[in-house]
Amino acid sequence: MSAPRVEPKKSGGIRDLGKMFGAGQSSGRQIGILGALVVIIVFFQIATGGLTLDPINLINLVNQNAYVLILAIGMVMVIIAGHIDLSVGSVAAFTGIIVAISMQSWHFPPALAILFGLVVGAIIGAWQGFWVAYVGVPAFIVTLAGMLIFRGGNQFVGSSQSIPVPDAFAFIGNGFIGDFGPNTNYSNGTLILGLLVAIAVIWQEIRSRRTQSKMGSDKAPVWVSIVKLVILEAVVIYATLLFAGGRVGTSYPISGIILGVLVLLYSFITRNTTFGRHIYAVGGNWHAAELSGVKIRRINFLVMMNMSILAALAGMIAVGRSVASGPGDGVGWELDAIAAVFIGGAAVSGGIGTIVGSIVGGLVIAVLNNGLQLLGVGVDRVQIIKGLVLLIAVGVDVYSKKQGRPSIIGRFTRSRDINAALDRPDITPTNSAEETSRPPATTPN
Amino acid sequence: MAIEPTILEMRTITKEFPGVKALDRVSLSVKAGEIHSICGENGAGKSTLMKVLSGVYPYGTYEGEIVYQGEVSRFKDIRSSEAAGIVIIHQELALIPELSITENIFLGNEPRRFGTINWVEAKRLAIDLLARVGLEDDPDTQIKNLGVGKQQLVEIAKALNKSVKLLILDEPTAALNQADSQHLLDLILGLKGRGIASIMISHKLNEIEQISDSITILRDGKTIETLDVKIDGVNEDRIIRGMVGRTLENRFPDRNSDIGEVFFEVKNWTVQHPLTSERMVVKNSSFTVRRGEVVGFAGLMGAGRTELAMSLFGRSYGTFISGQVFKDGKEIQLRNVSEAIDHGIAYVSEDRKALGLNLLDDIQDSVVAAKLSKISRGQVIDKVAEHHVAEKYRKSLRIKTPTVQEGVNKLSGGNQQKVVLAKWMFTDPDLLILDEPTRGIDVGAKTEIYGIIRDLAAQGKGVIMISSELPELLGVSDRIYTIFEGTITNNLTADEADPETLLKSMTSAKKKVTQP
Ligand SMILES: Nc1ncnc2c1ncn2[C@@H]1O[C@H](COP(=O)(O)OP(=O)(O)OP(=O)(O)O)[C@@H](O)[C@H]1O
Ligand SMILES: [Mg+2]
Repeated sequence: MSAPRVEPKKSGGIRDLGKMFGAGQSSGRQIGILGALVVIIVFFQIATGGLTLDPINLINLVNQNAYVLILAIGMVMVIIAGHIDLSVGSVAAFTGIIVAISMQSWHFPPALAILFGLVVGAIIGAWQGFWVAYVGVPAFIVTLAGMLIFRGGNQFVGSSQSIPVPDAFAFIGNGFIGDFGPNTNYSNGTLILGLLVAIAVIWQEIRSRRTQSKMGSDKAPVWVSIVKLVILEAVVIYATLLFAGGRVGTSYPISGIILGVLVLLYSFITRNTTFGRHIYAVGGNWHAAELSGVKIRRINFLVMMNMSILAALAGMIAVGRSVASGPGDGVGWELDAIAAVFIGGAAVSGGIGTIVGSIVGGLVIAVLNNGLQLLGVGVDRVQIIKGLVLLIAVGVDVYSKKQGRPSIIGRFTRSRDINAALDRPDITPTNSAEETSRPPATTPN
Repeated sequence: MAIEPTILEMRTITKEFPGVKALDRVSLSVKAGEIHSICGENGAGKSTLMKVLSGVYPYGTYEGEIVYQGEVSRFKDIRSSEAAGIVIIHQELALIPELSITENIFLGNEPRRFGTINWVEAKRLAIDLLARVGLEDDPDTQIKNLGVGKQQLVEIAKALNKSVKLLILDEPTAALNQADSQHLLDLILGLKGRGIASIMISHKLNEIEQISDSITILRDGKTIETLDVKIDGVNEDRIIRGMVGRTLENRFPDRNSDIGEVFFEVKNWTVQHPLTSERMVVKNSSFTVRRGEVVGFAGLMGAGRTELAMSLFGRSYGTFISGQVFKDGKEIQLRNVSEAIDHGIAYVSEDRKALGLNLLDDIQDSVVAAKLSKISRGQVIDKVAEHHVAEKYRKSLRIKTPTVQEGVNKLSGGNQQKVVLAKWMFTDPDLLILDEPTRGIDVGAKTEIYGIIRDLAAQGKGVIMISSELPELLGVSDRIYTIFEGTITNNLTADEADPETLLKSMTSAKKKVTQP
C-alpha cells in the first residue's frame, strides 16, 4: 500500500475565522450567517440614519433580546440531540408568575426567589425529560402538552392577573453595570468589562495557537492571527464605547452579562466536555452512541431538563424587565428561539449546531426586528419578513447542499481559499477549472 | 476476432476533493453486453468513479469525458443518467423500509392513469419484474421484512423497470451469504445474456474471477491495467498483484503458540427475540475464551451469532432471559454497554454506518468516542491528547486520510472500518468481539486486520471473530464454534476444522456439543 495523496492544506484566514466558532463541519455556514448579520447591521445603520448603533438603541436591543438568546442556548442543545422544545415560552411564564407570587405572598427575598425559580424550572424539566427520555414520547408531543399545561398553569395560578415584583428582583432584567470612580463621561464599570473582554480575546488566541502547535497541525501564519485580533479588538472597543456612552444611569445591561456568561459556559460544555460530546453523539446516530456506552436516556433527560432551567431563568429576566409577571408573558418565544437555532446553522435532523451560531442567528432576528421597528414598519410586516428570512436562510443552505455547491458566502470566499470554503462534508466543487489550476498533487509511491 | 462495440468510454477522468485527488486521469472502457469488474484497494477511487458516471457528481465537478453509446454525455444528476439507461446500485441500499416492494420499485416512477397512481397496473408489473429477478415474495411485503439478499434483488428489479442498459453494482454481495451471492451473480449473468452490460465492484475476488469478462484495476486513483479474462487468463493472485503492486505472500499470519488459561466464560446464555416472546434467538449457549486465543464463530446468516454477541455486550439486543458470564473466574454483570466496556469488552459491529459510527463526526472524535474518560480530566476533554491518539491510530492502521480532522463520511468504506477498529482498540479491551470485521475491505487491508487480530491475541487478549467467510475463519481462528438456529452445535480446534465439517455443523443440530 502506498501513502495517500495528500496536499498540504492551505490554512487561510477564512478557515481560521471559522475556528473562532469551534470550526468543525458546519463552520462555513456560520461564517455565512455572521456575514449576513454584519450586512444587516450596516444596512439598518444607514437606513435609520445612524439610529441602530446609537447607544440607547443598542442597550435596549440587548435588554430586549437577552432572554430569547438564553432560550436559544438551551434550544440548540435540544435540537442537536434531535428533539425540539415548544414549551419554553409557557415554562418561562409559569416560572415567572410563581416567582412573583413567592415574593409578593410568601415574602421570599429576591435572591431566594431566583433560586426557587431555577428549582421550579428544574422540576418542570425533570417532568418533561422523564416523558421524553424514559417513556419515549416524542419531545414534540411532550412539549406541545407542556406548552398548554404551563400556559394554563400561569393563568390559573395568577388568576390571569399581572403580579408586580420588587425592584431588587427586577435588577436582573432591567439593571445595568454600576458606575464608580472618576467622571470620565463613560460608565466606568462597562469600560472595565470591555477591557476584560479585550484581554480575554488575546489570551484566547494565544491559547488556541499553543494548542495547535501542541497538536503538531499546521498553524495559520502569524499575520492571520494579528489581522483577526485587530478586527476583533476594534469591534470590542467600539462596542464598549457605545455601551459605556449611553444616557446617564444606563450602561451594559445585567441581562447581557448573564447571557455572556452563559454563552461562554455552554460553549465550553458543548465543545470540551464528555457531556457535550454525548449530546452530539446522540443526535448524530443514537444507535452508534448507545453501542459506544453513551447513556442516551440520561443525556436526553438532562438536555430537556437544562432547557427548562434556562427557560425559567429567561422568564425571570423578562419579569424583571417589565417589573411584573403577566398572563401573556413568553407567548411565541419558542418560535423565536427555534428560528435563531436554525438560522444559526443547526440541522433539523439533529447532530449539528453550535451555541455561538445560534446566538448569531438570534442576533440576526433581533437586529431585523429592531431595525424594522425603527423604520416604522408595523408588527404585521415584521412577522412576514422574519418568516421569510428563516425560510430563505435554511432554504439556501439546503439548496446548496443538494446542488453540491458552496453557499453564497462559500462562493465568495472560495476564490481565495478553496479548501477552506469547501471544507464541508456535503459539498463538492462545481468548477473544476479553478481547482486544476493548482499544481498537480504529488503521488508518493 | 470481431471488434465488439463499446457502450461506455470514460476518458481521463480526474476528480478532486479538498486535499485528496480521488481520481487521476482514470480511463475505463466497457464493451456492450459484458460484465466489467473494477478492483482496487479501499480508497482507490472505485465508488467515486461510479458516482461520476452516474451523475452523483454532476458534469462540471470533474474533468474528462464520458462517451456513452457513442455520444459525449454530461449528466447533471442521477435522473439524467437513469434516463440514458445507466442505473447504479450503491454500496448502501436505498430502499424505504416502511414501503412495500411494489411501492419501492415504482417510487418516483409510478404508472399513472387519469392522474392517479394505477396500483393494479403497478402490481402487475411488479410481479413481472420480480419473476425476472427470481424473487417469489408477495409484492406487498414491506422492505423491512426482507433480508439483505432479497432487498438487493428488489433494487435490481427497480433498475430493470427503468429499462437499464448499463447496470452498476457497488459491492453488491458484501453483506450477502454464499447462496444469496450466487443467486445474484447468476442473475447478473442472466442479464448479460439479454444484452445488459454490468459494471461490478467487489472485494470478493473469487466472484470477480467467476463472472467477469474484463477487469479494470485502480490503484491510488489511477488506472493500472485492464485485463481481458479470456486472453489474460486471470486468477486471484494476478488481480492482487495489480491491486497492491506486488504479490501477497502469507494472507494469514502465523498463530501464536502460547495460549493461556480460560478467562472468559459464558454459561447457558438464552436470549429472547425483542418482539416475539416465544422465539429464542440464542438458546442455552455456553462457550469459553482463553487468553491469547482467537475464537471463531461460524454460522449462516440469521443463525444468532450477532444476536449472541450483542446480547452479551451490555444486553444491546433482545430480551435477556438467563445465563451467566464469568471473567477471570468471577461472575460479572453486563447490564448495559458502559458496564461491558468497563469490564474490558469491546464489540465491533457488522454494520459500521448504522451502528458503528456517527457519520457527522470527524475521525478524531470517532476514535475516542467509546472511552472519552481516557483522554479527559473529570468531564473535560483534552483535545490535544485526543488528536495524538487519533494520529497514532492513523499511522498504525494506515487510515487513508489527509488529516484526522476529516469527517468520517468522507472516508472510503474500508477506511471507515479501520476507524471503527481504532475506536474499539482504544478502549483497551481484554475481549474484543469482531462481527464481520473484514466486510467490504480489500485484500491488503484484510491481511493487515488479521495481523492486528493476531497482535492483540499475542498481547494476551481474547478475540472473538464472527465471520461468514469460511477461509478467513479457518485461517485466523485457534478454535471455532458453529451455531445453528441459536444453538452452539460444535466446537472445533484449528486442526480439526475444515470447510465440510463446519458447513455440516452450521446447517444441522445433530452433533453433540463437546466442551473443552
Ligand atoms: N465526499 C468526499 N470528500 C472528500 N474525500 C472523499 C469524498 N469521497 C471520497 N473521498 C476520498 O476519495 C478517495 C476514494 O474514495 P472511494 O470511496 O471512491 O474509494 P473506494 O475505492 O470505493 O474504496 P472502498 O473499497 O473502501 O469502498 C478516498 O481517499 C476518499 O477518502
Ligand atoms: Mg467504495
